[in-house]
Amino acid sequence: MEISSFDKLLQKFKYPLSKVSRSWLMLFGAMLLLVFFGLIALVQQIIHGHIVTGMRDHVVWGLFIINFIFFLGIGYSGAILGSVFHLTRIRWSKPLHHFTELFAVTGLIVGPIFIFLCIGRLDRIFYIFQYARIQSPITWDVIAIMTNLIFIATYLYIAHIRDFAKLRDSKVLDIPNWKRKFIKALSLGYSGKPEQIKILNQSQNILAVTILFTAILADSLLAWLFGMSLRPGWHSTLFAPEFILVALYSGVAMLILMMWIYRQQYSLNEVVTDQHFYVMGFALLILCFGFAYFTLSEYITEWYNVSETHGRWIEKFLDFHEYGLMSLLTIAFGILIPIVVLVVPKFRTPGSITVVAILVLIGLYLKRYLIIVPTLETPFVPIQDLRPEYVHYHATWVEWALTGAGFGLFVLIIMILNLFAPAIPVADLEHDDEIIVPKPFYETLK
Amino acid sequence: MENSKDHPRRDFIKLTVAAACGSAICSCKTNNESTLTAADEETMQLLAPDGSLVEVLKSQITPLPDSELVTGMQARHGIPGKKFVMVIDLARCKNARACVSACQKMHYQPEDKEWLQVKLMKDSENTAPYWFPKTCFHCDNPPCVKVCPVDATFKREDGLVLIDNERCIGCKFCMAACPYSTRVFNWEEPDQSEEISMCHSSPETSVPSKVGTVDKCDFCPDMARRGELPDCVTACPNGVFYFGDANEDTVSNGTDTVRFKKLLEDRGAYRYLEELGTEPRVYYLPPTDRMFPYERGLDGLSDEKKALYDDIL
Repeated sequence: MEISSFDKLLQKFKYPLSKVSRSWLMLFGAMLLLVFFGLIALVQQIIHGHIVTGMRDHVVWGLFIINFIFFLGIGYSGAILGSVFHLTRIRWSKPLHHFTELFAVTGLIVGPIFIFLCIGRLDRIFYIFQYARIQSPITWDVIAIMTNLIFIATYLYIAHIRDFAKLRDSKVLDIPNWKRKFIKALSLGYSGKPEQIKILNQSQNILAVTILFTAILADSLLAWLFGMSLRPGWHSTLFAPEFILVALYSGVAMLILMMWIYRQQYSLNEVVTDQHFYVMGFALLILCFGFAYFTLSEYITEWYNVSETHGRWIEKFLDFHEYGLMSLLTIAFGILIPIVVLVVPKFRTPGSITVVAILVLIGLYLKRYLIIVPTLETPFVPIQDLRPEYVHYHATWVEWALTGAGFGLFVLIIMILNLFAPAIPVADLEHDDEIIVPKPFYETLK
Repeated sequence: MENSKDHPRRDFIKLTVAAACGSAICSCKTNNESTLTAADEETMQLLAPDGSLVEVLKSQITPLPDSELVTGMQARHGIPGKKFVMVIDLARCKNARACVSACQKMHYQPEDKEWLQVKLMKDSENTAPYWFPKTCFHCDNPPCVKVCPVDATFKREDGLVLIDNERCIGCKFCMAACPYSTRVFNWEEPDQSEEISMCHSSPETSVPSKVGTVDKCDFCPDMARRGELPDCVTACPNGVFYFGDANEDTVSNGTDTVRFKKLLEDRGAYRYLEELGTEPRVYYLPPTDRMFPYERGLDGLSDEKKALYDDIL
């Protein structure tokens, strides 16, 4: 009997849907080890206090806040991309929907953990609710993150219901009994009745519109956390739009990275096509120009006519004893290399686009470092301190270990979610048992 | 010169601790040997500083001179009718740093924790350097208070900005928000004696420090309640600091008591970084007709410390 293309696609997810492979277990173990190592660092921090970090009275926020912005950026951009894909009904984007939803939820789970790590008195964390002051941007952020996480987690679930139903009904996969029962419960008895389709579509539409607005607002709130302070380098009206753009840029890079990993891992070449890479590479290029524009705009206005403190701040980006090298790397990874690779057709392959995406992610991580640390090292009042650790911030092993744990947790959560549903919206691609992948509009470009 | 007159807060804390311990011992006695108390002596129930109820023999009670503990509500509300201000005369400062050590002594802070700092400033190439003591400015539009998520740092009616370190969650947002780098964080368990760390903590004394929370200059409101000047003011050998009440239009540096408005007018006072709009309550008198050349402040400093000022000079 000939097996339909839909069943073939489902079979590709045999691991880890029906059972986990060795490589899956090894990766899972490695990530667990990362998290475990972070926990050791956390115990150190709890026992000895924040003295074990590189943070001191001037640089009061370090890697923790940088990770916080990075992961929230990933989360919010995943949310924005997911809802834009859904609302605009871009048909070729269908195979990519679950990727955006996955890293949106995971980013919004991992990001806030770093805020907890940065708080001096974790034992008093519930004061944030007990004594909440609505004037404080932290309270805004708490509300924004919680609402967004709830919305996006709900959206992730709703978007998976059709897949759960397909898995429940499928005979080609040998899913363990306990998991089949769980998936059956999650599918909520969906069977494709017109009434069910209508309810599902409507709720997805409403959520997508809500998420589009709330995610943009929440990422702006994150920017205002800094923009509303008086410090040179932070007090900028440009900050909210720049945060949104940088987040989207890192989100598209994250999406490309996920496309590549899943395509390799599950041999999904027919579903995640080369065309998808070219289109997303094109999106990356547009955002790259946007990033270049914002970077230029940010620095040139400060440099052309400059006040005394702003001058001390901007000089650090040009000084190779300070942040010159890091600025150069940010510009190379975030602007120059992406433009060269993505503009010249000869360099444009799925592999090279993925490498660019990884470089962009690194560059944008460095960008967050440049947003936080140089500003805190440049207060209005000169520092004049004999203790070098109070003048310059250097992250300690505790902070790096916890950063590693954050990335480990990010991978772990996605791996666990993959246990219960394929990362490709199989139900949306199926038409009468056959898989139809809509083609992007400019397939002639390559 | 460590007598009780110079350090009333120290003595007060010692006395209260002693009282608490004493009453604790008494209560043990009353619990274990209730027959003893039943003999004709009357007992009294008292609230110990740690909040527990203790029973003490009436004959054992001796009133303490400064036993008026300010309630949490009073500490948040402020001293009625007052508007505290400080005037710092830059013409008199020679970096003697008596203010810094007095402040550290008063608040049981180690040498490397400076709530009050003295910086060397030089505004431009051709202008003269000068020493710049910097307290908390107790701004009327405080950026730190705005951002606090839990109301741990607050603005009082008498103008002071204080910290309740029993409330502080240690998010450090106030430190990032303060444009004057006033606040310090307890990155590890504070190096304070057990006697001190057991004390009842109040925003008015800022003692004891708590790990994972923020500290800063508090203008010593507990001393103001007793009608005394903050320790930095009295410790300064040159009378740099004037402290007082704007409502009374009077400030004093311990030796001279002058009209606040008149002093500002006569000496052309200004506020540091006025353009930020934080409305500081600390005014500076420009370093004109100086008592000392700025080099006097470098006397006795180690070469290492002198090197700190290389960028400035």
